[in-house]
Amino acid sequence: MSIRTPTPSIFRPRKVVGQDVLTQNRTLFDDINRRNVLRGAISLGALSLLTGCDVSEHDSVQKVLRTVSAWNDRVQATIFRPHHLARTYSASQVVKPPRFNAYYDIENVKPIDGATWKLELAGRIDNKKPWTAEQIYQLPEQEIIIKHICVEGWDYIGQWSGPNLRDFLQRVGADLTAKYVYFVCNDDYTESIDMATALHPQTILATKYAGDVLADPFGYPLRLRTSTKLGYKNAKWIKAIEVTNDFRETFWSKQGFNWFAGI
Amino acid sequence: MTLPAVKSTHHERRLHPLPVRVMHWINAVAIFIMIGSGWKIYNDDVILGWLHFPDSLVIGKWAQYGLQWHFFGMWIFVLNGLAYLTYGIATGRFRQKLFPVSIRDIMATVSDALHFRLAHDDLTHYNAVQKILYLGVMAIGVLIVISGLALWKPVQFSELAALFGSFQATRVVHFLCMAAIVGFLLVHISLALLVPQSLVAMVTGGPVVVNGPTHPPETRPPETPPPETAVEAEATH
Repeated sequence: MSIRTPTPSIFRPRKVVGQDVLTQNRTLFDDINRRNVLRGAISLGALSLLTGCDVSEHDSVQKVLRTVSAWNDRVQATIFRPHHLARTYSASQVVKPPRFNAYYDIENVKPIDGATWKLELAGRIDNKKPWTAEQIYQLPEQEIIIKHICVEGWDYIGQWSGPNLRDFLQRVGADLTAKYVYFVCNDDYTESIDMATALHPQTILATKYAGDVLADPFGYPLRLRTSTKLGYKNAKWIKAIEVTNDFRETFWSKQGFNWFAGI
Repeated sequence: MTLPAVKSTHHERRLHPLPVRVMHWINAVAIFIMIGSGWKIYNDDVILGWLHFPDSLVIGKWAQYGLQWHFFGMWIFVLNGLAYLTYGIATGRFRQKLFPVSIRDIMATVSDALHFRLAHDDLTHYNAVQKILYLGVMAIGVLIVISGLALWKPVQFSELAALFGSFQATRVVHFLCMAAIVGFLLVHISLALLVPQSLVAMVTGGPVVVNGPTHPPETRPPETPPPETAVEAEATH
């Protein structure tokens, strides 16, 4: 699997850096990544000089920064245009395969057995009967060819299809006036989106990429694709959907990433 | 005829009035936050393959901290910048200090600089190159905010984003604006250190100016004109 950056840019090197050294030293990197090791590391950052460690991590600083981030959530909800469509592209511009991204590497993906997998429903939904993959794959499909924009700065054009989320929520009798739709994933990832985004015409439960059933690394059997959020909001390997009025921190928001993450 | 003393003290102002000084230093902090955190965000997906900003120069050890600082600092930068632009236009400070600026003046200033004849004993008067640099960095400041909005909301502000072409092109514009501001800062800070009274003036307010900018004694008009006229006299000076 190539992880080459798909966007052509004259500023980007043509050859990608070899990933072998990363895979060969995985244990070492995991060890380095351990928080307690890094917490003790000395940073020479301009701000760090004042305090001896990253000032961002101080509780009082985090409180301010996260308060502003929560304020930014509200601003983003206010400027969100529920019927404004993101630009779509032609099939010839689609990057195949899509770019892999998760909080772990592609070789650590745990494939789901579509025969035994079930989608659980919870919260403010009338009909909570679980769905099999077969049932979901029989629903009417919507196809969108949209840009995936990652918070890191890269993007690519992808061709996704599957049931429209608004249609699905209506079909199961969800309370469309609730505030959030919360996703629980097979890899312990969690995500939630605001109801306005859930009801946006370009928000789908994707089952296919470029006309083929999703490959394991990209969320088989079911993932979210919405045109109005950064990449990390698009939960993969979904195993449960809950419609709720309770705000819950999600996998990345707990770590300090912006929750709304609209684009 | 001379104006009554009471009236002249009424119009007595510093070279840099208090609001300008406050906004200048707020902006300095905001720019520091935006560039440092912007470099952290940049490092996650570099535009130039050879350019990674060293960890010692970025703000935020982890990606999320860089992002938090950037989307915190943007409010300070934008609100303070709007206040500054409004103030500069409304009080006539920009018109008085930065206009007019002509090609001939620029050539003359460059020539003076090359002959080491550049005068900087009068802090109240900006030479043509200073005028161009200050006007240019303000324009870049506006462009970096517009390109930043297009990066933040390429779908919600799709009309704005379309001006730049693609998302990646917007990133390049945003990046080049940063590079231009860094270039400006290198010159700006170097000159402030070379002419320390300019740095002091941005803290204390600098020399007292009566009815706007001071004139050298030999060119001072015999009668002090009313403030509006004084402004125009200087502007065409």
